[in-house]
Amino acid sequence: MLLIRLLLWLYPSGFRAEYSDELTSLYRERRAATSGPFAVARLWGEAIADVLRVAGPLHVDVLRQDVRFAIRSVRRSPGFALTVVCVAGLGVGANTAAFTVLDTVLVRPLPYAESDALVRVWESPPGYSRVEASPATYRDWGVLAESFEAMAASTPVSANLVGRGDPVRLEGAAVTSSLMPMLGARPVVGRLFTESDDAESSPATLILGEAIWRNDFGADPGVIGSSVLLDGEPHVVIGVLPSTFRFPNRATTFWRPMRFPPWMYEDRDNNFLTVTARLRGDITLERARAEMTRIMASLESEYPDSYERTGATVNRLRDEVSSQSRLLLLALSGAALGVLLIACTNLANLLLARGLMRGRELAVRASLGAGRQRLLRQLLTESIGLALIGGALGVLAAGVSLPLLSRLVPASLPAGDTLALDGRVLIFALTITLLTGIGFGAVPAWRASRRINVTELRDGGRSGGLRHAGIRNVLVTVEVAASVALLITSGLLIRALVQLQSVDPGFNAEAVVTMRTWLPLPEYEETRRRGEFYERVLEEVTALPGVQSAAYSSFLPIAEGGGIWPVEIDGQLDAGEFPTASLRFVTPRWFETLEIPIVLGRDVRASDTFDQPFVAVVSESFARRHWPDRDPIGQTFTFAFFERSVVGVAGDVSMRGLERISEPQVWLPYLQAPDGGVPRYAPKDLAVRTRNDPLAIVPAIREIVRRADPRQPVSDVRLLEDIVAGDTAPRRVQLRLVGAFTAIAFLLAAIGLHGLLSFTASRRSHEIGVRLALGARRSSILRLVAHQAAVPAGAGILIGGFIGYAAGLAMHGLLAGIPPADAPTFAAAITLGLVMAVAGSLQPAVRAARIDPATVMREGGG
Amino acid sequence: MPPTDREIQALLPLPPAALHILLVLAESDRHGYGIIQDVEERTDGDLRLSAGTLYRSIQRMQDQSLIVESRRRPAAAEDDPRRRYYRITAFGQAVARAEVGRLARLVKIARASGVAPERA
Repeated sequence: MLLIRLLLWLYPSGFRAEYSDELTSLYRERRAATSGPFAVARLWGEAIADVLRVAGPLHVDVLRQDVRFAIRSVRRSPGFALTVVCVAGLGVGANTAAFTVLDTVLVRPLPYAESDALVRVWESPPGYSRVEASPATYRDWGVLAESFEAMAASTPVSANLVGRGDPVRLEGAAVTSSLMPMLGARPVVGRLFTESDDAESSPATLILGEAIWRNDFGADPGVIGSSVLLDGEPHVVIGVLPSTFRFPNRATTFWRPMRFPPWMYEDRDNNFLTVTARLRGDITLERARAEMTRIMASLESEYPDSYERTGATVNRLRDEVSSQSRLLLLALSGAALGVLLIACTNLANLLLARGLMRGRELAVRASLGAGRQRLLRQLLTESIGLALIGGALGVLAAGVSLPLLSRLVPASLPAGDTLALDGRVLIFALTITLLTGIGFGAVPAWRASRRINVTELRDGGRSGGLRHAGIRNVLVTVEVAASVALLITSGLLIRALVQLQSVDPGFNAEAVVTMRTWLPLPEYEETRRRGEFYERVLEEVTALPGVQSAAYSSFLPIAEGGGIWPVEIDGQLDAGEFPTASLRFVTPRWFETLEIPIVLGRDVRASDTFDQPFVAVVSESFARRHWPDRDPIGQTFTFAFFERSVVGVAGDVSMRGLERISEPQVWLPYLQAPDGGVPRYAPKDLAVRTRNDPLAIVPAIREIVRRADPRQPVSDVRLLEDIVAGDTAPRRVQLRLVGAFTAIAFLLAAIGLHGLLSFTASRRSHEIGVRLALGARRSSILRLVAHQAAVPAGAGILIGGFIGYAAGLAMHGLLAGIPPADAPTFAAAITLGLVMAVAGSLQPAVRAARIDPATVMREGGG
Repeated sequence: MPPTDREIQALLPLPPAALHILLVLAESDRHGYGIIQDVEERTDGDLRLSAGTLYRSIQRMQDQSLIVESRRRPAAAEDDPRRRYYRITAFGQAVARAEVGRLARLVKIARASGVAPERA
């Protein structure tokens, strides 16, 4: 019989209350009429099946009733329902938006087979945690390491594709043949690379991405086996990979085999390989790390020069998102949760007040026989129903904002470039909506159903106000605290952004247009031949009307930050210090074009050729570091294979962007690069400073390049200003979102506070009327009502301040040097919090003080 | 006020369980277990109402005013005070008649199309 009693709990409470005695006695009679273990077992089986079958439809019956009831009650007060829907929508929308980005960037598995087992392996020389491996290191890892079932190397390449139509510049990757099978790639047509493609003697092969195959080759399967010109060299297309395959990032449009000629293994410091590996099934990340540490130690003992104090870093591929992106997203999610919290407290408040207003109605229902659970369920159905409508609106709003949100997905991620509201996001949104509905509905419903009594019917529903005061004060505190914390958070982020935007990048980006002409090898292997191209293009570009100056460099600042080489200076080889600098080859007038000041000496010249003494322009930080108390001009140092003497000192440039510290810089004359020696550094970025609209001259420049070499594509046309702005773009997008969240939260909290105080004041109007009639002064009434707001609001500001400070500490890495306890930010946030509390309480307090005792007493009597 | 035709028609067709319960109660008042036994007996064991189905039907039929709880109790010797007895209302009788009439017309139509019941 215990079983039956338990089973009965599956029925709705009303049904159970009505029929449980009957049902139990019915089963008891049946049990009495049954004998034999099988018959009894069958009886129980039938009983369980019966309850399970009938309970569902019974609950649906109740739900249908409750929904009908909810619709009726919404019809009676559409304004209330609209408020609930909008507020819930804001909360759910903010969180759905934040979750969509967070999920894509940090949680969702990468688009590779069994991607959890994939790791990145880096060298970690002193001072760096992640440095690419050299071919020899990669080869030795592959032989020595037993933690991995596969290992592959890749490096980004880009090439000019001349085939069908205009020449185009494509971003691609050189990969070892082990890579694609390791990632589980399957070609759309054709095949993947095999080991024979890695051999230097094999014909050059190529795999195309689906997008380029569709756009440039008309999705022609016949392209397999055909030959295309990549940087002027014929390559046989062997396969096409689907657009869902993205490696190493989503910009990659082609892959070609990585080939290591024997000489490449000789230089162990030629670090350019990104190494990806798959852990063996039974190997943990820690074991793999331990093994790699051992391997690096043995390599160091064998080649002490190349691996001095060099370790290895092994990270899961999934975790290779920069800590800054991670922090940005977590801050965003925190803000979204704050909005939801405020939305929920606001709604709970609203419902509490409404519960009081509806006390009479609920009492009537209770006296007609509705049980407490029944009422609770009814009220929850109403709040969840409204939350669901709000949630749907919120998801819609999040969907509309997806293009903006997409900018928060780092480009380095192999994830898709478009965010989508898919099943995962919808499940999240539904969960959070239900939680919202329960969260703001449960306490008020519980309260409303508990305090039903007959006095409610008698006294016209005025009692009970004071009993709610406690919980309402808590709600006010939560609201104020959450909005002050959000105000502090966004205040700190705004201050950090302002700080960063005021950082001097070291050059003047205004009115400079940049573009890229990547001269293909081996055609342009000779430095002299490249020089002719640059000279011709620069001469004609400079002659264009409106052009002030033009120059070429290896890389544009901020756009590309790497290119770090060791610096050796006689007599300065201190143990344990490894001075480095970033290397750029430039044509004359580079400094003039970017307006980088030359503080000492001279610019590079066209006469600084390979047969002349090797010279260099260094940055001020370079000069300060190596010759702090000497004239740097004429000093020599060894850098990029040769000894060079300093002829000029220029201002420092933020090569790595505004948020990161850049190495000292060295600029070398473009004609002093060895033939084909450092192909990656061959100048390719053209910068042109104009007197007026920089983009207007782009067609003329394209024409000049076409005349100089008809097969040479021009790519990456960008304003230097956009590159600088792009450096802080994710931050600005994030700030816009956090700012919007904060504004919403602030507004919600202010409205909530105001509504709450108005309500309390109006509930107490009778009492206030009595006080006034008994001679209380209006100023004391004003104080009474204002005091009611002051205590919980004050507590909220205090708590919010602490939370804001804690959030500031947690996002320390994002603050660009602004302290988490930044005084202006705190002052502003606290002031706004006070303004909110005062503005919210002013009108209700004044209204209470203006109450006419006679009117209230008359009404109160009725 | 006698039930209007519209009120009756709104409930048709009745679920089979409801019709059987009405037919049993049309004879005399019954308690829950009694209804189950009677229905089983009358249908030669074809229809065995489960407890859950019975009380779900009873709940709905009470809401629809087809049946009410009976205040008349049997003689003290046979009465179990925990039991509740149910009685058919005038409205319930009208609905049962309408449902049976509907079924009769259906049978007539079926015969006319040459589909006769197995046992006449």
